[in-house]
Amino acid sequence: MTQRIVIVGAGSGGTMLANNLVKALREQQRDDVEVVLVGNGEDHLYQPGLLYVALDLELPAHFHRRQRRLLLPGVHLTNIPAARIDRKEQGVQLADGSHLAYDYLVIATGSHPDLDEISGFRQGAYSFYTEPEALRLRDALRDFRQGRILITIGIPHKCPVAPLEFTLLLDDVLRRQERRKEIEILYTYPIARLHSLEPVAQWAQEQFEQRDIHSEIFVNMEEIDANEQVVHTMEGIDYSYDLLVGIPPHKGAAVIRNSPDLGDPDGWVPTDRKTLQMKGDEHIFVLGDATDLPISKAGSTTHYEVAVLLGNLLRALDGSRATQTYNGKAFCFIEADEAQATYITFDYDHPPQPVAASPLLHWFKAAYNETYWLSLRGVL
Amino acid sequence: MAETIHADKTIDARGSYCPGPLMELIKTLKQVPVGTVVEVWSSDAGSKRDIPQWAERAKQELVYIRDEDGYAAIGVRKVK
Repeated sequence: MTQRIVIVGAGSGGTMLANNLVKALREQQRDDVEVVLVGNGEDHLYQPGLLYVALDLELPAHFHRRQRRLLLPGVHLTNIPAARIDRKEQGVQLADGSHLAYDYLVIATGSHPDLDEISGFRQGAYSFYTEPEALRLRDALRDFRQGRILITIGIPHKCPVAPLEFTLLLDDVLRRQERRKEIEILYTYPIARLHSLEPVAQWAQEQFEQRDIHSEIFVNMEEIDANEQVVHTMEGIDYSYDLLVGIPPHKGAAVIRNSPDLGDPDGWVPTDRKTLQMKGDEHIFVLGDATDLPISKAGSTTHYEVAVLLGNLLRALDGSRATQTYNGKAFCFIEADEAQATYITFDYDHPPQPVAASPLLHWFKAAYNETYWLSLRGVL
Repeated sequence: MAETIHADKTIDARGSYCPGPLMELIKTLKQVPVGTVVEVWSSDAGSKRDIPQWAERAKQELVYIRDEDGYAAIGVRKVK
C-alpha cells in the first residue's frame, strides 16, 4: 500500500528534504511512497541574499529561481498554500479547500518577520527580512547623508549573525562611498554582549573599536515613536535615530498558529531536540526554523537537520523507531567587510571557538551563495 | 521554612549557544502573562551573571537560581 509523505513548506529545508528523500527512495528501489511538497508560490528566494540587496551590493533577481526547476523527478509539488493541519485526521487542508491525507507529515514552514508585534515598527523602522523591506531600506540608505543609523534587534529572529554582518558591511560601504564621516552607526544588542556567541561578541568588539562603530547592550525594543524618531526599550532607556534599521521579531507560520494542538502561541512546534519528531506525535517531524528548539533559526542548522530527519523518516516508513539524533550543529559564515569573512561552528556539547577573518573565507561564503542551489538538490 | 516557588513554564536551553538562554527567556517572557514565573535551564556558566543583570535592568524579578546536575535553573517572574 502506498504511503504518503507530505512536506509543508518549500523553503531551504522542505526543498532539500524532498529531493534527498526521493533520491533515497530510488536507491532503495521503493515505489510505494509518494512525496508531496506543499509550497506557496512559483518562486524560491535565497533569503540570505537580502542582506546584499539592502546594501545595494546585488540585485534581487540574482537570488531567485523557479521552485519547480529545483526539484528532482518524483517530488510532487503543489503551490496551493497549506491553510490548516489536522493531526487527528492526519491531513492538511489547502487554501483552495482541498484535503491532503498524510501517513507522515514534515513541518518545514520556517520563521516569519512580524512587523506589527512592536508598536510603531512598521512606521518607524526599515528592515531587510523580506524583499520589499530590503528594497525600501536600500533606497533609504542611498539618500541618507548624515545623522545616526540605529540598529535594534527583536527576539527571536532568523540568522543571528545577519544584524552584525549588516552593521559591518554598512560601515564598509559607507567608507567606500566616502559618506561615513557624517554618519554615526549605533548597534544595539538585547543581552550583555554584542552577540550571543561569546567569541563573536569579542571579535565584534574589536572590529567596532577599530571602525568607530558605537554600541549599547541590554537593548530590547518596546515601542517605536516614528514621529519623534525614538525607540523606547524594555530597559527604560530611549534611543533617538535618524534612520532606524530594526530586526523584526519573528513568529512561526500562520498555518501553525491556525491549526489546533500544534504549536505554541507564537507558532513554534514542540520538537524533540534529538529525533526532530514533534513531541507527542510520531507521525510528524519538524524541520528548521519551525521548531521550538533553542537553536539558531538559520539555513545551516536546517541543512544539518535534514540528514537526521531523513534517516528517521525512512525508518518510520519501515515501522522502526527513530534512532538518528541531531546534535545541535550549526555552521555560519560571518562577513566582516566586502573582502573578508570568518565563520563559527558549534553544537549542543561543543561551544564555538574563534576563527580569524580572512579573504579566503569571504570567497568561501561567496561561493556558498552560488552553490546553495546545488545543496537544495542534495548535491552538497 | 522558606516557601518553594514553582515555575509556571520551563525552557530547556541547555547547550544553547545561539541565541542562548537569556534570549530564550526574553522571548518567552513576551508570550506569558504578568505574574508568570519562567524557569530557564542553562549549561552556560555566564547565565548566572547575565540573567540577573538583565532582570534588574528590565525591572523583572529574579526569584531563584538553583544549581542542578550540570546546569543552573534560573527562575524569573514577569512583573510588567
